[in-house]
Amino acid sequence: MSEMLDLKAKLGLNVFKPAGEPHIKIKQGMEKDLRLKPAVRVCPAGLYSKIENGEVALATVDGCLECGTCRLICGTEILDWNYPPGGTGVQYRFG
Amino acid sequence: MDKFDVIIVGAGLSGLGAAYTLAGSGLEVLVLERGDYPGAKNVTGGRLYVNPVRNLFPDLFENAPLERFITHEGISIMAKDRSVTLHYSGNELTDEPHQSYSILRSKFDRWLSERVEEKGVAILSKIRVDDVIKDDGRIVGVLAGADELRADVVIACDGVLSLISEKAGLRSSPSPQNFALGIKEVVALDSGVINERFNLEGNEGAARLFVGEVTRGKFGGGFLYTNRESVSLGVVVGIEDAAEEKLPVEVPALLDAFKKRPEIAPLIRGGGTVEYSAHVIPEAGFKAMGNLHGNGILVAGDAAGLALNIGFTVRGMEYALASGYFAAQTIMKAKQSGNFDAPTLSMYKRLLEDSFVLTDLRNFQETPAVIGNPRFFSHYPELIGAIMKDVYSVPAGPKNRLYPTIRKHLTLSELWALFTDLKGVMKI
Repeated sequence: MSEMLDLKAKLGLNVFKPAGEPHIKIKQGMEKDLRLKPAVRVCPAGLYSKIENGEVALATVDGCLECGTCRLICGTEILDWNYPPGGTGVQYRFG
Repeated sequence: MDKFDVIIVGAGLSGLGAAYTLAGSGLEVLVLERGDYPGAKNVTGGRLYVNPVRNLFPDLFENAPLERFITHEGISIMAKDRSVTLHYSGNELTDEPHQSYSILRSKFDRWLSERVEEKGVAILSKIRVDDVIKDDGRIVGVLAGADELRADVVIACDGVLSLISEKAGLRSSPSPQNFALGIKEVVALDSGVINERFNLEGNEGAARLFVGEVTRGKFGGGFLYTNRESVSLGVVVGIEDAAEEKLPVEVPALLDAFKKRPEIAPLIRGGGTVEYSAHVIPEAGFKAMGNLHGNGILVAGDAAGLALNIGFTVRGMEYALASGYFAAQTIMKAKQSGNFDAPTLSMYKRLLEDSFVLTDLRNFQETPAVIGNPRFFSHYPELIGAIMKDVYSVPAGPKNRLYPTIRKHLTLSELWALFTDLKGVMKI
């Protein structure tokens, strides 16, 4: 088998250019909304996590692969979702 | 204020296909790309089938940085503890012109963008388009930061989420059941090692699909494509299925488990992962397509939902290239009349309908519903695996006759269910 990497190490292989403001935000007051929960399971970068009292947090968007899965599964009532500004975010070298 | 003839949002295959076709037409074309370079945001599994688009882009593919021409096809039905694999190879796959190639998009798209620039089309990278500019019900340009860029016509080539089509009012908010999520690792391996492990000569390539346990019985599957000096290995899973609590693992873990399977692990042994990517794929085909055009706007490629998964072949990139080509043809024609309203631009839909693009999507419109049958991903892989296990088994005592061995698994109710499921398959 090839090396097994944890998710953080995998994301660390990518070229990533940070932007200022996070391009995805959980809208205020929506942290407990049930529609947010699936994001924890589906985000391929593992950026969403469950914290106490049933809330879901998006601590950082560093490492975001910009796939859009969270936008599709949670919807735009829950998430303020945009692509990161031009020239920032993940820059695939293989794709 | 700048005014162009055509603004193309997104330098993927549809955007670059349109720009390449428009080059030399005398029209002033601007391509806007949010990545550092064209290809920086683009991901495929993947392979490109060249036959359908070879004539639309003559001579383009001869010198293109494609990876390997695919000569070895394989599909594996994976149960928990066993798998059944069908390999296919034929002389036609080895003969030129080659039908399909493995491809890495960052490399290919960047190369294609350079060909487009050589032909005199401007491509601006690192520009995110934020909105469309509307005037009296028509799209007259785009907003990028503080810049207002105006054009007679905009082509939305901004990929599967197509925020541009949404903002232009051409499609409503998308339903997750129409999409799958693909995640992929590119694993670097020496080309000689790849040739040995996959029985390849020279620049021949292998493509393998895996169905069943790889997605824990949910819609989707695994894939493996050999590149020149790497292997693209990944998992695709329906987004709604992946979100269900029933899926026992989170999505990233599906790929890790896939890598550990005995069918996969020896193939990538010693290889180092060099990139991890994710991308959403339109899966709903013809029935979920958004509007393809409006006043002053056309939509192409993934943005229009032009992708088709029929189990054995999974395609999207040819449709992107071709729709870009037909969008360009439509615009060149519209320019003659100086009219870019929706009725004039409806020529685009007719061209797509007359071509393989919408003919394929229409012909295979029942496929998403048929291959969405959960029994194909859990029940049948286990059933086929169990039959093969008994067929190959030699016990300590006497071996059962073959027919009763198989028949034991195929009870009447099983045969009836199989018959019903196959009736669905006949719609494909």
